[in-house]
Amino acid sequence: MWEYSEKVQEHFFSPRNAGAVEDANATGDVGSLACGDALRLTLKVNPETDVILDAGFQTFGCGSAIASSSALTEIIKGKTLDEALKVTNQEIADYLDGLPPEKMHCSVMGREALQAAIANYRGEEWKDDHEEGALVCKCFAVDSTLIENTIRDNGLTTVEDVVNFTKAGGGCSACHEGIEEVLTKVLAEEGKSFNPAARSVAVAMPAAPAAPAKMTNIQRIRRIETVLESIRPTLQRDHGDVELVDIDGKNVYVNMKGACSGCQMAAVTLEGIQERIIDELGEFVRVLPAQAMPKAERAYG
Amino acid sequence: MTTDTDIQGIYFDNNATTMVDPEVVEAMLPFFTEQFGNPSSMHLFGNKVGFAIKKARGQIQELLGAELDSEIVFTSCGTESDSTAILSALKAQPDRKEIITTVVEHPAVLALCEHLEKDGYKVHYLKVDGKGRLDLDAYREALSDQVAIVSVMWANNETGTLFPVLEMAEMAKAAGVLFHTDAVQAVGKVPIDLKNSAIDMLSLSGHKLHAPKGIGVLYVRRNTRFRPLLRGGHQERGRRAGTENTASIVALGKACEMALEHMSQEQTTVRALRDRLEQGILEAVPYSFVTGDPDNRLPNTANIAFEYIEGEAILLLLNKLGIAASSGSACTSGSLEPSHVMRAMGIPYTAAHGTTRFSLSRYNTMDEVERVIQAVPPIVAQLRKLSPYWGANGPVEEPGKAFAPAYA
Ligand SMILES: Cc1ncc(COP(=O)(O)O)c(C=O)c1O
Ligand code: FES
Repeated sequence: MWEYSEKVQEHFFSPRNAGAVEDANATGDVGSLACGDALRLTLKVNPETDVILDAGFQTFGCGSAIASSSALTEIIKGKTLDEALKVTNQEIADYLDGLPPEKMHCSVMGREALQAAIANYRGEEWKDDHEEGALVCKCFAVDSTLIENTIRDNGLTTVEDVVNFTKAGGGCSACHEGIEEVLTKVLAEEGKSFNPAARSVAVAMPAAPAAPAKMTNIQRIRRIETVLESIRPTLQRDHGDVELVDIDGKNVYVNMKGACSGCQMAAVTLEGIQERIIDELGEFVRVLPAQAMPKAERAYG
Repeated sequence: MTTDTDIQGIYFDNNATTMVDPEVVEAMLPFFTEQFGNPSSMHLFGNKVGFAIKKARGQIQELLGAELDSEIVFTSCGTESDSTAILSALKAQPDRKEIITTVVEHPAVLALCEHLEKDGYKVHYLKVDGKGRLDLDAYREALSDQVAIVSVMWANNETGTLFPVLEMAEMAKAAGVLFHTDAVQAVGKVPIDLKNSAIDMLSLSGHKLHAPKGIGVLYVRRNTRFRPLLRGGHQERGRRAGTENTASIVALGKACEMALEHMSQEQTTVRALRDRLEQGILEAVPYSFVTGDPDNRLPNTANIAFEYIEGEAILLLLNKLGIAASSGSACTSGSLEPSHVMRAMGIPYTAAHGTTRFSLSRYNTMDEVERVIQAVPPIVAQLRKLSPYWGANGPVEEPGKAFAPAYA
């Protein structure tokens, strides 16, 4: 069975704001055909201030779908519509002390219901722009659609490329067969075949800001440390910690300590840290657990 | 996850795995300690172990009604047995590039077949009707001298539906095609008499019949052309190399002996428990129905669809009361798809996601059945209250129209 956090269980067993809001003036109905979950969100919005006075949900779905619906309604009550629209999936997941990677789509559905309800209130039409494929990489919760699109948009040809652009495959590597299959399929559409020995497209991350000014090694290490410093209080609140172990080219090795080490959210946390460092340095780095450090010196490349 | 109650848990998930019978545990324990020898060794330590394995082979032979004990090949699990059978048939007949199987097989067969398709094999997936039954005419049409092997399960693990494997094996034999059956769910629950059948290969798995996990058998009829999956030492007459899992083999032998003793109990006592459970739940819960073929299925399995709610949520609430069952919902499988078996039978999404499987064993009691009958209706009601398809006292009018979400 899934390992649900106490918080998820609590919101599942005693959901908040279950049922439709009476005299609601906004309704959002969304569902995911693939997984069969469906959600109706009803809101009562103050027309003068745009503040959400009340929110209620009805969910046809699993434990985490129900828990994330419940969390969403708690988060958005009292917010203005514009504030509510800024709520991210990660915030919903964080509110619940994390969701298993297979279940992240449940928080996506909550946010989409919110967008749909607000569009409904404003008399706009809401179109779903989010397409979901089968989950390929469990470590980083990446699905096949995202991998396919990224391969197409960036002309990727190797598993290493996919790791660099999507993070999929950058953890335990068990999903590499699946990634090769996606590569084979997309390359075949372009009349090419997948070659396991091909060289990576050596380009920067697509999201990375324009060419960063050259930094000295010391400067670079300092900035990475600064990022870790800024994250530390959040981790410590959950009785965890992080420590910089080594930097080897684009690989940044860290030690997760306390409640974070071995916790199932460790991968997600590493992912978050990685994003922050990339933002700060303006270059692509890979944040890896210290256990992943190469044991002996190996020629790289 | 822990449960709220201090009552003893109720285990209704015996198609997933079973408790090892205490007598079976007792039989296997000496093989970890004083009987640790390698059965292949020339000395006294090994010799006794060799005899114990021979005895176990005989016990399994008897349960399966096999003609010879040399037809029993020990493997590591049901999955290995399935893979060995199918890959052996392909290896032994390189000119035959087709396989016949069904859309409702266990992943142990389906995932392998899907993989073989990538290697250029053609796989015929026989379809099922709304009750999970096969169309034998379609089967007859698919049989040809291009087919290397037919692999059809004896009983379906989700619904318990039984397939006419004896008849299908005869048809395969008449067409000169090898026939394998995944009998992992059937062995120990229905009588089997292989010597009077046309079945060439059969898979079973220890942990479904009160033996430990990690031990399986592939029955290979004498004279069947066979190519091993694992080559190496001469164990299992060269058909499956690797030092024997002696303790588990002994345990499986004992479990098979006990299964044979209790066979009639499966058909009477266990069936009565299952029937009472099903009737009690269907009576108390509106908009619920049995999936599969109620007239032709394993005596221990009840698969009930609760409409408009989702299975994982049901399991979590049951678990809180100490009741263990399974679901065909997408969210319990780790994939995002509801059970391939429910989809193959054309069960609508709003019901497929709420299918719940209760699978019993001879260790369950009528008292447990009554407690589950009490527990289920309020759980279903509680979840329906949250469901957008459900109104005050029943499904909203035209559920498909009243709630038609924008789908991703
Ligand atoms: C029909 C069927 N085949 C094969 C298997 C796999 O058996 P094992 O877990 O021993 O590999 C199972 C058990 O889950 C099953 O139900
Ligand atoms: S599953 Fe993709 S790296 Fe672990």
